[in-house]
Amino acid sequence: MTINEKQDELVEEFEFLTDWIDKYEYIITSAKELPIIDDKYKQDQYLIKGCQSRVWLYPEIREGKVFFTADSDAIISKGLVNLVVQVLSGYTPAEIVAADVYFIDRIGLQEHLSPTRSNGLLSMLKQIKLYAHAYNSLKA
Amino acid sequence: MEAITDQLETAFIYRGEPIRNQFPALHQSVYGKPLVYFDNAATTQKPNAVIEAITAYYSTINSNIHRGVHYLSQEATEAYEVTRNSVAAFINAPHAYEVIFTKGTTDGINLIADTFGYSYLNPGDTVLISAMEHHSNIVPWQIICGKRGATLKVIPMNESGELLMDEFERLLDDHVKIVAVTMVSNSLGTVNPVAEIIKIAHAKNIPVLLDAAQAVQHTKVDVQDLDCDFLVFSGHKMYGPTGIGVLYGKEEWLNKLPPYQGGGDMIKSVTFEVTEYNDLPFKFEAGTPNIEAAITLNTAIDFINEIGLENIERFERELYQYALKQLSFIQGVRIIGTAAHRSGAISLVVDGAHSYDIGVLLDKMGIAVRTGHHCTQPVMDFFEIPGTLRISFAVYNTKEEIDVFITSLKRALTILI
Repeated sequence: MTINEKQDELVEEFEFLTDWIDKYEYIITSAKELPIIDDKYKQDQYLIKGCQSRVWLYPEIREGKVFFTADSDAIISKGLVNLVVQVLSGYTPAEIVAADVYFIDRIGLQEHLSPTRSNGLLSMLKQIKLYAHAYNSLKA
Repeated sequence: MEAITDQLETAFIYRGEPIRNQFPALHQSVYGKPLVYFDNAATTQKPNAVIEAITAYYSTINSNIHRGVHYLSQEATEAYEVTRNSVAAFINAPHAYEVIFTKGTTDGINLIADTFGYSYLNPGDTVLISAMEHHSNIVPWQIICGKRGATLKVIPMNESGELLMDEFERLLDDHVKIVAVTMVSNSLGTVNPVAEIIKIAHAKNIPVLLDAAQAVQHTKVDVQDLDCDFLVFSGHKMYGPTGIGVLYGKEEWLNKLPPYQGGGDMIKSVTFEVTEYNDLPFKFEAGTPNIEAAITLNTAIDFINEIGLENIERFERELYQYALKQLSFIQGVRIIGTAAHRSGAISLVVDGAHSYDIGVLLDKMGIAVRTGHHCTQPVMDFFEIPGTLRISFAVYNTKEEIDVFITSLKRALTILI
């Protein structure tokens, strides 16, 4: 499945959640279900700074593909970063660098990308791209 | 001036109408829900009178002040100086020229930190602040202490969020050159014993700056009664426009301090060799100020004066106590800041729920609160919490709004926990 196919799948899933409360319940439930990062990676090195909620992002490269795990101390942030990881994890650095992340907007959560939200989602997206760029240039 | 108020229990009634009717921004829906605005410590909404005054200014006397010989400039200058007189009366300053217009509280503190610092701080000296200061009363002092080789020291507080006065006296040694404290904590709501602090500091001839940003809109502040040396506050937290603030300073201090910024208006004469500075207050008002905001701040002061600060204080105290009581019924809620004397803001955390998450869900229910560290990171570090959820009140809030908030908070917690 391509990055865009994954995004489209999420968009479709959210189409059934018309009320904001359903959307948030979906995000919160998905966040509650999985501890998505190993505690040993919850270090300052992987912390995305300047956010109200703390977000950790840990990248790994295996067989030419980048895998991300992430976590947050706030559950809504955790759910949101989990969605982003679901979409962008497991692709080559070049694919991630080129990816146009549109699903957040389409599922009606674009307000979480506003800098005033300071929930780490925007910084995390930037950080994911930076890691992908870095891996990309390493390869080259 | 007409008298005045007849308070019902649930809302502030002024001349037979809820005062909130004068605030158009309060009468809107967000996400389809009626707005409950509980972020007043950050900024207050504006009454019609202020909004209309802003339009009126630009529709009539808009011009630059203190310069033109023409009619509009004279009118604008007069209106600008009328506000200065009103501010002086509002805080009972002995002289209007002791009132300096700034961009806001932060600007006022930076002005004093910088000018006082260059004149009076030397290596080995100390600036004393408190453990509950807003970043704006920490960082300017840190910067000037760094430049001058001085040390920043902090009056500690207890678990309730009250300053330790014996520690204050212990810290107040011969090295302390100035004390800068907040009257009311923006994150804890603590009302500090500033009169006592000033008395103790003055006994050692140490001047005191008061941050009144969270005080002047809630209670009567009298600079002569307090005998403070400097006092700063913002217009936008007291129903006025943004971009205008006040620095009050005792004449003797303001005359001793050098200018802060150079430019137009602050000079008497300029040659390439030497500049003769203007008298107070203009010495500290370089460049074209926020004329519109200064002029319409007067309307905000009129609004407060007409209602009466003692009425505002009484009503807001009732709201505050009501909110505390309702919160006490919700399991898991912990109030951060339990000082005996509090005002304005209530900070809370809930076991098992991050304040950010609660804030996001409350927002969706139409309730504007603040979450995070409220520009007081050291306070959060002291309580070992990442942040709080803060509600803060103004005269237009109602008990019904607190009820809506409580119901919504419960709903958010059901979703989150």
